[in-house]
Amino acid sequence: MSSPASKPASLLDASLLKPALVDSLRKLHPRDVARNPVMFVVWAGSLLTTVLVVKDVVSPRPDAAPLGFTVQVTLWLWFTVLFANFAEAVAEGRGKAQAGALRKMRKDTTARRWKDGREERVPAPDLRKGDEVICEAGDLIPGDGEVVEGIASVDESAITGESAPVIRESGGDRSAVTGGTKVLSDRIRVRISANPGDSFLDRMIGLVEGAARQKTPNEVALHILLVGLTLIFLLACVTLVPLALYSGVPLSGTAVVALLVCLIPTTIGGLLSAIGIAGMDRLLRKNVLAMSGRAVEAAGDVDTLLLDKTGTITLGNRMATELLPMPGVRMEELAEAAQLASLADETPEGRSIVTLVKDAYKMRPRELQAHHATFVPFTAQTRMSGCDLVDPKPRSIRKGAVDAIVTYVHSQGGTAPEELAHASGRIGDAGGTPLAVADGARLLGIIHLKDVVKGGIKERFDRFRAMGIRTVMITGDNPRTAAAIAREAGVDDFLAEATPEAKLALIRTEQGRGKLVAMTGDGTNDAPALAQADVGVAMNTGTQAAKEAGNMVDLDSNPTKLLEVVEVGKQLLMTRGTLTTFSIANDVAKYFAILPALFMGVFPQIAPLNVMGLSSPFSAVLSAVIFNALIIILLIPLALKGVRYRPLGAEALLRRSLLLYGVGGVIVPFVGIKVIDVLLGAVGLA
Amino acid sequence: MSFIGWSQILLFFALVLAVTKPLGAYLFRVLEGDTRPLPRVLGPVERLLLRLCGSADRREQTWVAYASSLLAFSLFSVLIVYGLQRAQHLLPLNPQGLGAVGPELAFNTAVSFTANTNWQSYAGESTLSYFTQMVALAWQNFVSAAAGIGVALALARGFTRRPGPDGQKTLGNFWVDVMNATLYVLLPLCLVYALFLVSQGVLQNFAPYSQGVTLEGASQTLAQGPVASQEAIKTLGTNGGGFFNANSAHPFENPTPFTNLVQMLSIFAIPAALTYTYGKMAGDTRQGWALFAAMSVLFLAGVAAVYAAEAQANPALSAAGQVAQAGNMEGKEVRYGVAASALFAAVTTAASCGAVNAMHDSFTPLGGLVPMVNMQLGEVVFGGVGAGLYGILVMVVLSVFIAGLMVGRTPEYLGKKIEAREMKLAMLYVLVFPLFTLGFSGLAAVLPQGVSSLNNAGPHGLSEILYAYTSGTANNGSAFAGLNANTPFWNVTLGVAMLGGRFLMMVPALAIAGSMVGKKVVPAGPGTFPTHGVLFTGLLVSVIVIVGALTFFPALSLSPIVEHFLAGAGKLY
Repeated sequence: MSSPASKPASLLDASLLKPALVDSLRKLHPRDVARNPVMFVVWAGSLLTTVLVVKDVVSPRPDAAPLGFTVQVTLWLWFTVLFANFAEAVAEGRGKAQAGALRKMRKDTTARRWKDGREERVPAPDLRKGDEVICEAGDLIPGDGEVVEGIASVDESAITGESAPVIRESGGDRSAVTGGTKVLSDRIRVRISANPGDSFLDRMIGLVEGAARQKTPNEVALHILLVGLTLIFLLACVTLVPLALYSGVPLSGTAVVALLVCLIPTTIGGLLSAIGIAGMDRLLRKNVLAMSGRAVEAAGDVDTLLLDKTGTITLGNRMATELLPMPGVRMEELAEAAQLASLADETPEGRSIVTLVKDAYKMRPRELQAHHATFVPFTAQTRMSGCDLVDPKPRSIRKGAVDAIVTYVHSQGGTAPEELAHASGRIGDAGGTPLAVADGARLLGIIHLKDVVKGGIKERFDRFRAMGIRTVMITGDNPRTAAAIAREAGVDDFLAEATPEAKLALIRTEQGRGKLVAMTGDGTNDAPALAQADVGVAMNTGTQAAKEAGNMVDLDSNPTKLLEVVEVGKQLLMTRGTLTTFSIANDVAKYFAILPALFMGVFPQIAPLNVMGLSSPFSAVLSAVIFNALIIILLIPLALKGVRYRPLGAEALLRRSLLLYGVGGVIVPFVGIKVIDVLLGAVGLA
Repeated sequence: MSFIGWSQILLFFALVLAVTKPLGAYLFRVLEGDTRPLPRVLGPVERLLLRLCGSADRREQTWVAYASSLLAFSLFSVLIVYGLQRAQHLLPLNPQGLGAVGPELAFNTAVSFTANTNWQSYAGESTLSYFTQMVALAWQNFVSAAAGIGVALALARGFTRRPGPDGQKTLGNFWVDVMNATLYVLLPLCLVYALFLVSQGVLQNFAPYSQGVTLEGASQTLAQGPVASQEAIKTLGTNGGGFFNANSAHPFENPTPFTNLVQMLSIFAIPAALTYTYGKMAGDTRQGWALFAAMSVLFLAGVAAVYAAEAQANPALSAAGQVAQAGNMEGKEVRYGVAASALFAAVTTAASCGAVNAMHDSFTPLGGLVPMVNMQLGEVVFGGVGAGLYGILVMVVLSVFIAGLMVGRTPEYLGKKIEAREMKLAMLYVLVFPLFTLGFSGLAAVLPQGVSSLNNAGPHGLSEILYAYTSGTANNGSAFAGLNANTPFWNVTLGVAMLGGRFLMMVPALAIAGSMVGKKVVPAGPGTFPTHGVLFTGLLVSVIVIVGALTFFPALSLSPIVEHFLAGAGKLY
């Protein structure tokens, strides 16, 4: 199926345009228009000029403006409303297409409900929270829930777009399953955690369809600004009527409405809701599901980012990177012992030792059986592992934590060289973990196990820093190790020996200082911190508790995805800001087009104010109205794609935007209106 | 334009710049600090006054309590000033035996002086007794200025206070602020200033009017009175209500070029200094200087425009063969000349003072446009005492909002977030001004009660109407003249405009303060844009100009602008 992750619909997909056109007509209903006060004024103005047209047709007056002029202005005013509706419809349409794809997936399956120790077949919609169901290989999981028994591999590609199956098992942090995903192997018992209509899939459909969309706080504030400006211009235009009356200037109703519509911020007013919808949509394309627009906006403001070390900053496991022989021990001797001690060790650390010896010291792993070796597994008591050899001579090779091996060497009658403490201290300082290797009573040397920082992560953190976001690494390591990794990864700060309480406390302290905190997490013990953070991104692989606590879910479970989330949040605000600036800046040119046109009949001396040299008063007003309508259409792509975010620092960013959209917004309409005026003259419409 | 003319303007600006920091630092000390001068002498006075106001404990007030105190005090003031005018014939110090003031005029004057507007529909010398001038008007000149400072302090505290863990709800105490501003700022400065004025020849007596015979042998009445004491606070408190009808053009009010310079300086002194005080309150004086810079840019542009316009000879006179080297001297005093008159016009309208030393009605159309635009920008170009600061801070809220969006962050100012509630209040504040100015102008332009007061027809008449309501709503008080405003219609509508322009703007400003004061402070980072740089100052200037210009451009284009083009074509009104 076409998951949200699949190909992004091209900006103005033909298949989306047709329903959008129909929708823009449907949205002319007063109930829909009234939700947007700016466009409502345009709508009411269009209605008024329509009445004027009808009046002029029914009873023509000699002093009225030419009918052709009134009709054309009226048409373009209606187009202005339609264009704004169209922008919103296109933005919504893209969400609807995705929702449709998701809905196909929500087939009504039959569930195998487990009740009082036996199975019964019930339709999936009848399942309620708390019910338990059985799912076996080939079954679709009937609803969101938690695995309470068993382990299975599950295909979640329908939700995540990721084709590799994932393991889901009872207990721990991998127990959450999502309705609509498919069990590939084994059998699990799932306790349903959401009522029908309230599941993850339902919420996802609701979100992409925009059904659950509410105005975000910042959108509300901007709306107030736009309504305020509209009222001011309404005042300016309405009072112009008596002032003109005093001056003996006849003003046609059409001209006053045209002036009003050109002055009120129709560009941003018409595109505002499209910008919001498109922002959520962009996030979804990045496979992040935001539970509310508020969270997306908050992401743009994040000051501090908390990241788990393991899996986010470093690769999941520590790797051996170096062997340090003690004085008097040959490197080959140590390498061989390290290899022997690790051959049977299936932990990632053990395997990395074998790999290191093979790659760096060119020693091929030998068959343990050939030496009649017995494997000594790791236990919590001994804190070491290794093997005992019989052939050619009996040897006991051990590797493990330094203090454990020292104790072992002592018990074998040997002593630890002084060099040992020094070397292991050095490794600890560098953020690594030292493992000692001993052969009987002889301490051979140390293996340097190191956390490997993910490639490219430092550059990502630099980008965060350029945005003004502080990164904090969370780790269970001791402070010394944590400091070294923090330095290598380039994070700004770290929290070592972190407990869930310490995480929560850290978030609260940061928030107490007025900062907005984002964090990523997946485990149940992350849930309180995710809930406390202003932006909590839960990994889709995480537990149900974590997903409930966060306000976003990353379907790809990629913790550095936050970078993109922050960018989308910022883009959302920037797009609104720049279009508002552009919209207001446009008014200057529109004044110079319309005002001289209105007064020139009575005061021909003000011709110098007609700086654009527009051909006639009617053409001037009409050109301004047409420009005002067309600019909405022209800016739809920008509204949907969003202004590009560059991590430049606030001042540089502001300067850029002001130049581009402020100064540009003053100049563009002068050119545009003039061009339209010339075209109108050429085709003889004015 | 001449070198001497520009030198006068630049000297004036240099003096403003010079007083801003020391006076601002002093204001910060007495208004926000704990130590005030002369505690032995003024301390008991301070305590007595506060006990009278019922604020002996100096308890801090929430914005609602602050606004309520302000409104109650202002209502009380209106009633007192109204009563004193109505009963002045029964009261002492009335050597000319002037009768009671009529009800509409008394209402208009009471509102006017309470709202720090000092619009005068009357001529002082023929209407008000010395008692009314001193007890009613001079008193209001002090306390209305002090109330303006209070509101500015409250809004500044809203932005700059750092709330504790339990948040913060209070903004200071209205009575303490008014008392501090009056006792430690306005009174002592006025005392010295009035003595200086007397030394320059300004009157200060209770004598009856004297009769004189002019060189031509005509008889002339010379009005007398306690002028200097009122003149000082007239300019220092940006009140502008002249003792005499001719205001600062009268030789007994403003006798020499030196007093003219000091009067202009005293108009700007406190509004300019308050920007520095604000910077101190913010803990970053650059924040204050940014506001000062934005104000200065707008002011200097205005002065340059009005001087350039007035330095041109009247085209009709030139056409008639009259060469007027000195520029347009109609309605100007030869004592000051074109440059000092143009400068005074720009200063008094930029700063919501309203004192005049020349007749703005007689300026060229573009010269008359500038004072009007100065007021229509919302009286934020230094503005009224206190009013200029809280006015420009509201414009800062709008600028920060737009700038914040453009850098992709929820807008914040001094670390505090600007949200829907503040936007609502800021827009309310911005809406009040065009509502009263344009609404009443439209009404007066078509009603016979409005038009019948005009002395000039055509666009010039419209300028007179627009100027009157702009001046009233902006609490400026200067008149374009040429308009007989002492009619019931004008007295009542202008009174309402002044009330609206004062209190319907102060209350939203205080409400913004109330909602900002408790907000958490986000420390600045690379993602926050600085609000003290050139870039922000430029943005602030653009927002002020665009909001002002876009609102009033249609109305202005039918009045001074059209008149300018018509004058160029030889058509005069």
